[in-house]
This record gives sequence, structure tokens and C-alpha cells, in this order.
Amino acid sequence: MQLALVIEQLLNGLQLGVMLFLMAAGLTLIFGVMGLINLAHGSLYMVGAFACAAVAAWTGSFWLGLVASLAAAAAAGAVVELLVVRRLYGRDHLDQVLATFALILVFSEGTRWLFGSFPLYLDIPPLLSGAVSLPGGSQYPLYRLAIIGVGILVAVGLYLLISRTRLGMRIRAGESDREMIAALGVDVATLYTLVFALGAALAGLAGAMVGAIQSVQVGMGEPVLILAFVVIVIGGIGSIRGALVGALLVGVVDTLGRFLLPQLFGLFMAPSQAGLVGGALASMLIYVVMALILAFRPRGLFAGEV
Amino acid sequence: MRGRETIIGIALMALLLVVPAVASQAGEPFYVTLATRIAILALAATGLNIALGLGGLVSFGHAAFFGVGGYVAGILAAHAMSMEPILLGIPGTKQMLVIWLVALAAGGLLALAIGAISLRTTGVYFIMITLAFAQMVYYFAVSWPAYGGEDGLPILLRNQFPGVNTLKPLPFFLICYVLLAAGLAFFALLRGSRFGAALQASRQNDTRLAAVGIAPYRVRLAAFVISGAITALAGALFADLNRFVSPSMLSWQMSGELIVLIILGGVGRLSGPVVGAIVYVVLEYVLGGITERWQLFLGLVLLVVVLFARGGLIGLVAGRARHG
Repeated sequence: MQLALVIEQLLNGLQLGVMLFLMAAGLTLIFGVMGLINLAHGSLYMVGAFACAAVAAWTGSFWLGLVASLAAAAAAGAVVELLVVRRLYGRDHLDQVLATFALILVFSEGTRWLFGSFPLYLDIPPLLSGAVSLPGGSQYPLYRLAIIGVGILVAVGLYLLISRTRLGMRIRAGESDREMIAALGVDVATLYTLVFALGAALAGLAGAMVGAIQSVQVGMGEPVLILAFVVIVIGGIGSIRGALVGALLVGVVDTLGRFLLPQLFGLFMAPSQAGLVGGALASMLIYVVMALILAFRPRGLFAGEV
Repeated sequence: MRGRETIIGIALMALLLVVPAVASQAGEPFYVTLATRIAILALAATGLNIALGLGGLVSFGHAAFFGVGGYVAGILAAHAMSMEPILLGIPGTKQMLVIWLVALAAGGLLALAIGAISLRTTGVYFIMITLAFAQMVYYFAVSWPAYGGEDGLPILLRNQFPGVNTLKPLPFFLICYVLLAAGLAFFALLRGSRFGAALQASRQNDTRLAAVGIAPYRVRLAAFVISGAITALAGALFADLNRFVSPSMLSWQMSGELIVLIILGGVGRLSGPVVGAIVYVVLEYVLGGITERWQLFLGLVLLVVVLFARGGLIGLVAGRARHG
């Protein structure tokens, strides 16, 4: 049967994982460097999706939309950092949670005000609208493969940025000792704004790319945000490598669980019953995986690494 | 400054009692419902205040307990109506007293399971993990169709309390009010007890607590279980108020709202949840009457409170807290 189907589900899992990585990388960078927990990261994802959909509808070009999503999310991130988040770095996590929760309310209602309550739709660009034949004979959408490709490129790019460039050196230095790099003459305030905008841009990119598969609507960011939290808890907060491993793990486990668990229960249950039980358990599977990992590694798989 | 806080607390509790009584006399049952909502949310937040205020455990997953309490009320009532046993011949019930006990037990058990894993971690990990577990319960409720799934579960007639007509708004409000008062009294007793001292010590310095021979993990876990049980009790009342339970009671927004209530009022303060619930519900009602976009303004108000009014609204009036 099944090989083609399994490969297809595996690729779907990779695509979800890659998208989660884009979210989790920004979150984990922001936490690692600034010590800030940012609930409003999902709102930046939404900003990216809306910017892409609006610009694509206006100009007719998905690519311009993609550029707009990066620019809009980075700009929104920078503004939020300058106006609000900057005042929260020294505060305890409770204040950070509440302030960024308030930001979600502002972003969601603001977006609803601008665009209305109806979802927007974003078309897949013609260049990527075809399908590819998989081994086993089934067809797989080219666009989803492209998302996986973009995710891998971003992962490599982030790795190079952090390990090979001067900005990356400062980010790493900021993670280990912020007083010291300030004393060495690095403008920490600007560095923080840059890191926040970078994380925001990654979230915006994820939102824009996913916007072409799902509908673009208010509230689209928070489910992804919570999955990204699961990812960085599994990977270890502050670790980009952990975010990559955690994201792929969560993406693949979630997708395959939804596919395989109902079939597994189908072996000894009536099909309709198996679908219900399997489906309900599959929706809990990644949280069970998270709990298991935490039982053995309470600080995640790659805690303390960049 | 403790004195001024006590006076404000007593005054607000008196106000919360008088307004619905007058409104009921004046034939305005809507305001009674509003006050009931305030009392229930304040009770839920009082539960969270034990973990968050006294223990410093920032749980972003208390909606799980709130929702489970609601589902206990909904499921027991549904089985009582359909006369079908739940499991192994155990029948459903419409009696609030039984429902409350089951809700307390269910919330406590769930908190024991979630807490046992989550409390191995601290700080940001704890925030994210409690959020993730609450989300797990949420998705389970959405995808399990036996009790309404995504659509929720209606409670056709409000559950019963011996000797009280719960169908009328004012008697039901009084039940919720008495439970809120009991919850607040319990919070005050707990805070002043040896256990409360250990819990607050675990927030301030758990190494020292361990050095005097008390295991911080157990103290925290016990507090988390008590906290979850009280929030679940409030959830059962909330389901009865709306005569409806749905997964939205389990959503992450609900967890956020409960934290908001506490911070608006003042973290770790006895009357913090009451102040927070009054301000929140009144703000929701007033802003909601002016504009459809009230959440935008609520967000802005919250931002101002976090950035400029540290210590919550009571902190503004009664001075900076001993908390810290």
C-alpha cells in the first residue's frame, strides 16, 4: 500500500517541522539572547501572512508578497521591541507573559479592524504550482517541497550567520555575558532590536509560506506558537540546533501519528471507533512525547548549547 | 499598608453583594448574572493565586482545570438527563454538591499529573509546559466527540442545590458568592499556615527551604493540586452559569485571562482576584458597549498596567506590596 502514502506523510511532517523551525528559531534566539518569553511571536507570524496576502492581491505577485511579509514582520518586530519589549528585559517572566499577551490582543483586534473578520486567500505562485512524482508513483505538490527547501536554506543560513559572522559572534557573546559585551563597546540596545527583528522576520516568512496552503485569518498564529513552545522545550531553550531537531521531531511525530494511530487501532476495533480513538490520541501524541523527554532531560535535549 | 488593603477588600465584597441584590429588586437580572460571572472568575483566580501568588508558579495552563470542572458538571448532568450510567453503572447527577466534589477531585487529580511532570522544571520551561499540557487537554476535548467535541455540551436545566431554587439568578449568585467567600477564607488560612509559610519560602529561596529539611518539590506539588482543585470548582459553577460547556473554557486565552485577573488586582494579595475580576468584567462590559474592538483597548490597558502600575491596581491604592 502504503509506501507511497508513508513517504507522502513523512514529507508533510517534514514540511510542518520546517515551518515550526522558522518559528522556534526566532523564539529561542530571543530567549537565549534577551531572556524574554515572547507570546506575541504568533502575532508576527500572522502579520507576515496578512502582509503577503494583501500585497499579493494588490500587485498580483506572490514574490512581492513574500518580500513584503519579511519587511512587515521585521518592522512590526522592531517597533514592538522599541516601544514595549525593551522595558521588559529586566522584569520577571510573569510581567513578560502578561505584556506579550496584551500585545496579542492588540495585534489580533488591530488586524481584524484593518482586514475584517473574513479569511484572506493566497494563491500558490504559478512557478511552484505543479506536482512531483514520488517513488511509489504518487504525486506530491511542488510547493510543499519548496517550503522544505526554504526551511533547510534558512537553517544553513542561520548556522552560518551565528557561527561565522561578526553579528553572530555578538549574538553568541550576548547569550553568555551581556554586561561584558556592553563593556567592550557593543551597542547592546541595537543588537537586541536586530535580534528581535530577525526573529520576527523568520516568523513572518513562515506565516507567508503557510498562508498559501491554509487560509490567512486572525488567530492563525497562536496554535503554531504553542507548537513552537513544545519544540523549544524539547530542544532546550536557547539552542538553535535543539530547535531544528525538536521541530523536525514534532512535525514528523504529529503527522505520522495522525496517519498511523487510527490504522493501528483499526487492527482490533471497528473502523469508526478506531478513527475516533486514534484521532483523539494522535492529537495528544506530541505532548506525551514532550512529557517523556522532560522526564529524562528536564532541560531539553540540547540545553546550554547555541 | 495591610490595613488599607483589608478595608478595600471588605468594601468590594460588600459591594459585590449589594449590587446584585438591588439589581434583582429593580428587575435587572442581567446585572445579577454579571456579578455571578465576577464571583466565579474571582474564585477561579483565587485558586490560581495559590500557585502563582504564594508559590511563584506561573501556570499558563489553569484553563485545563477550569474546563475540566466545567466538563464534570456538563457530563454528570447529561448522564442524569439521559439516565445512562457513565461507567460501570455509576449514574449521572444533577446535585451541585456531588458535582462540586467530583470537580474538586478531577481538578486535583489532573493537577497532580500535570504538576508531577511540570514541577521538575522552573521558570520559562514551567510556563511553556503548563501551556502545552492545557493545550493537550483542549485538543482532546475538541477531537473526542462523545461529549459534543468542538460544539460543546449544553446543560439543559441548571443543576440543583437542596432547598435553593437555582434557576433564579439571585439564589444562584448567592451560592457562587458564598463559595467565593469560602475560597478567600481558605486562601487566607493557607497563607497564614505553616504550609503557606513553606510555600512562600519555596518562592523566595528554595535552597534555604531544602536546608531546613522541607522538600520544595512536594510543597509546590501540593499547592499546585489545591490550586487546580479550586479552579476546577469554579469551572463547574461557570458551566452552570452559562448552562453550557465548550472547549473554549479549556483554551489558552482562558489561561491568559486568569493570569490577567490576578495581575490586574495584585499578585499574591488576598483581594487581588476580586479586584481583578471586577475590573476585568466591568471593563469588558463597558468597553464592549462602546466598541466592538474592546479587546484592542483591553490590550492597551493591560500594557499600561504591566509597564507602569507594578503591583496591580491595589498596589496603586494600598502601596507597594510585601510581595517580592
